Amino acid sequence: MNRILFSVLLLVTVLIPARAQDPNADAPARPESEYRSLDALRRGAPLTAEPAAAPMARVENTDLRRQRNWPDQPPTIPHSIDGYQLDRNANRCLLCHARANASTFQAPMVSVTHFMDRDGQMLAQVSARRYFCNQCHVVQTDAKPLVASDFIDVDHVLQIAGER
Amino acid sequence: MIRRIRLWATQWWRILRRPSTHFSLGFLTLGGFIAGVVFWGAFNTVLEAANGEAFCTSCHEMHDNVYEELKSTIHYSNRSGVRATCPDCHVPHNWTNKIARKMQASKEVWGKIFGTIDTRAEFLERRLELARHEWARLKANDSLECRNCHNFAYMDFTRQSPRAGRIHAQWLGSGGGEGGKTCIDCHKGVAHRLPDMAGIPQG
Repeated sequence: MNRILFSVLLLVTVLIPARAQDPNADAPARPESEYRSLDALRRGAPLTAEPAAAPMARVENTDLRRQRNWPDQPPTIPHSIDGYQLDRNANRCLLCHARANASTFQAPMVSVTHFMDRDGQMLAQVSARRYFCNQCHVVQTDAKPLVASDFIDVDHVLQIAGER
Repeated sequence: MIRRIRLWATQWWRILRRPSTHFSLGFLTLGGFIAGVVFWGAFNTVLEAANGEAFCTSCHEMHDNVYEELKSTIHYSNRSGVRATCPDCHVPHNWTNKIARKMQASKEVWGKIFGTIDTRAEFLERRLELARHEWARLKANDSLECRNCHNFAYMDFTRQSPRAGRIHAQWLGSGGGEGGKTCIDCHKGVAHRLPDMAGIPQG
């Protein structure tokens, strides 16, 4: 009697979780078109497919200065910086862009804002808070934008504000 | 026993002192020539075996420190697969200079045996000194090891980026002397990470 009760109890504890595993198993399957706009990074591939990776974008290496969108925007880097060491030991960017070397390499000197401490006092060398260039300055690649952008620069913003 | 050894030794000594009384002229000259060829081949084979990336990185000091740093650089892996290994930059290609460097390398053998730079900490301590040796060597020979592959006369500046072309055209032809620049002046750290560069002129 006890043995039968025990085995029935065991059976029940095994079967109940097995039936509870898939709550949506009986729901109808979603249409594939609903998956397409889930994430622009997937470039339109449905969620059920694994698309091939896109080719890596190339860094623009034209040395042409790009337009800044507001006056104190950190300018983007117009050349490749592959392998440039930027740590406590060495700063490859400053090799060309430091005040002392800018004329040798005809590179734009780091702006005066980089020589100011947080109180606006002018220092003789690049301030420690501006040492790691890549925190603000980046390169640009030829990757196609995945999402449309309606960004407008500061002149347009002022123009629109003036028209109001 | 000792008597037999002494007998054998005196016999050998006689042959060594006056070989022409024991061997013919033909044997001595031709045999010597062939033995010389064999020796020269063996010598250079061993020299080249000790001159490769596999040999250099067989020491853990090299393998775990500088070789690891090389792996992220363009001289290790790049678009064309043409790469530089340890001797391409660090050992002169010219035979006499190579032998001179190999004789200097006995100091490195000593260092390996006695563990001069055994740990990472010791390596970091000495990095600047070691780097300085290499910079001085390359400055002195006008970056000869760089120019062995990157021949200035055949550089196509139109295929470089604009600023690289401009700077190379302006500075590389000036020679390595006073006021002139050579590859190593700007391209320090092209293959391995730079040590603490405070106070070291760059460019």
